[in-house]
Amino acid sequence: MSLKNNKPQTIAQKILACHCGKEYVEEGEIVNANVDLVLGNDITMPLAIGEFKKIGVKKVFNKNKIAIVPDHFTPNKDIKSAEQAKILRDFAAEYEIKNYFEIGCMGIEHALIPEAGLAVPGDLIIGADSHTCTYGALGALSTGMGSTDIGMAMATGKTWFMVPKTIRFNFTGSLNPWVSGKDLILFIIGKIGVDGALYRSLEFTGDTISGLSMDGRFTMANMVIEAGAKFGIFNVDSKTKEFLSKIGKRDTEYKIFGSDPDAVYEKIYDINSDEIDLLVAAPNLPSNVKKAKDLGNVTIDQVVIGSCTNGRIEDLKIANDILAGKKVNKNLRVIIIPATQKIYLEALKRGFIENFIKAGCVVSTPTCGPCLGGHMGILAQGERAISTTNRNFVGRMGHPKSEVYLSGPAVAAASALTGRISLPEE
Amino acid sequence: MVIKDKSIKYGNNVDTDVIIPARYLNTSSESELAAHCFEDLDKDFQQKSINRKIIIAGENFGCGSSREHAPISIKSSGIKLIIAESFARIFFRNAINIGLPVIAHPEAAKNIKDGDDLEIDLDNGVIKDITTGKEFKTNPFPEFIQKLIKNGGYVNFVKAETSKES
Ligand code: SF4
Repeated sequence: MSLKNNKPQTIAQKILACHCGKEYVEEGEIVNANVDLVLGNDITMPLAIGEFKKIGVKKVFNKNKIAIVPDHFTPNKDIKSAEQAKILRDFAAEYEIKNYFEIGCMGIEHALIPEAGLAVPGDLIIGADSHTCTYGALGALSTGMGSTDIGMAMATGKTWFMVPKTIRFNFTGSLNPWVSGKDLILFIIGKIGVDGALYRSLEFTGDTISGLSMDGRFTMANMVIEAGAKFGIFNVDSKTKEFLSKIGKRDTEYKIFGSDPDAVYEKIYDINSDEIDLLVAAPNLPSNVKKAKDLGNVTIDQVVIGSCTNGRIEDLKIANDILAGKKVNKNLRVIIIPATQKIYLEALKRGFIENFIKAGCVVSTPTCGPCLGGHMGILAQGERAISTTNRNFVGRMGHPKSEVYLSGPAVAAASALTGRISLPEE
Repeated sequence: MVIKDKSIKYGNNVDTDVIIPARYLNTSSESELAAHCFEDLDKDFQQKSINRKIIIAGENFGCGSSREHAPISIKSSGIKLIIAESFARIFFRNAINIGLPVIAHPEAAKNIKDGDDLEIDLDNGVIKDITTGKEFKTNPFPEFIQKLIKNGGYVNFVKAETSKES
């Protein structure tokens, strides 16, 4: 045994070490680690499959540990995207991929994977989608990579990582009314910038985080990439365990890691949650964060509530609390997209869907759709949207001269009633 | 390897949505992706890139999505090298994986101007701005990444490794 074992480590170090057969890994070290799940979608997977086929192996490393989710342009918006999706379908059939999610049982990948029990604490997960970092909410180490990395990992079950430094965000205090995980993560991105956490692992701790719902944690982990981070990870607690037992996971099926008390952090931020207001990221960067109440009169043409960031049941509940029994502003299109079939059905059972339709909203089958300017709500030149999604780059939702404001579901739903960016109290 | 060419300069946080907008992601065709490269950032990129094949950029180049279509569209446009103040993690990895050289060098990226004549010696780590006469030294890549580059990208590297094992 080397003496190194006694050095304190962060969760990220421990999970990486565990996946490459070591007791300790050093910051900056490059390790070749075994992964527990390899994921791709209808945009990135066709390229990954192409690269996979170049190596000439006959099988994937493990047909139970690959997940393929056609979610971006599905149900297919045109012939080209149908051809791309078909590559996935054919590959899944040929290589007997167990976790292929056809239309009808699909959802937006980062909402679907946890719901399907494919991400559990202690896992090391890679996906050809930048928001793969979402599963950090469950105490898994997960990150986005490109198609070549995913293609290679489908063959070998391994990939290389540089062991990152960790930054900790310690939130204490209680949340103001309507403030949610989206506001906490926007607060951080606004504070440190879109490259403020480049290559870093982020850890979220403190009593505010313990009190935050799993849906709120998924929203936060989802957007760590918007600060450039590689991982964003939460400690496993009673809320995590409750989530896991609800989807039928026994505690023998996962492994809980925690940072050592004396683990070395590059920086620790102490944040008083009482001071966080409802926030909005104005165009064209997720870091262009402003208090919603300070925005003035920003009129909008479209509202989108959905995506892997805020398309979960808690988000729809907030929207329902604000929209039920009311009518959306006449000059607006309001598009609501439950992130998975299960969430859709739950929203239906709880009466949300009927309320949304009566209020004048469009409710869509799960899809990424407008989030990336794919389909189902593209903006024309000069139009402006408020959206619960995660990116507001130039042209993200359509025309390069359209604009996207990012917010949580409360501000988006409140704005749907007024036609301008508004607070729920109005 | 020595790369000699002229620069095209862009700013900070050039994201993958402006490198290749999602509306063109319904294909994996290299030539189609190249045809729309930087369309939402710079309408004249296609014209400029005919005889300027080095991109200079600010901080956090390639931030946003993991789409490998972004470095592919740049490489297929004939761009030989990107020098930026810093790169977003996934973009950096993707570029190396597909064999598009990328150098993070804040000083060089700040100093080099749009249209400068450049000569970059990748093996010896020297960036020369012929227009201004300035020279910049670069740090070598970590050993593992050097191996990837020598193998001509990640696919060839894995191919070599898997054939060793079997
Ligand atoms: S919902 Fe948006 S951010 Fe999430 S995976 Fe789909 S396109 Fe990407």
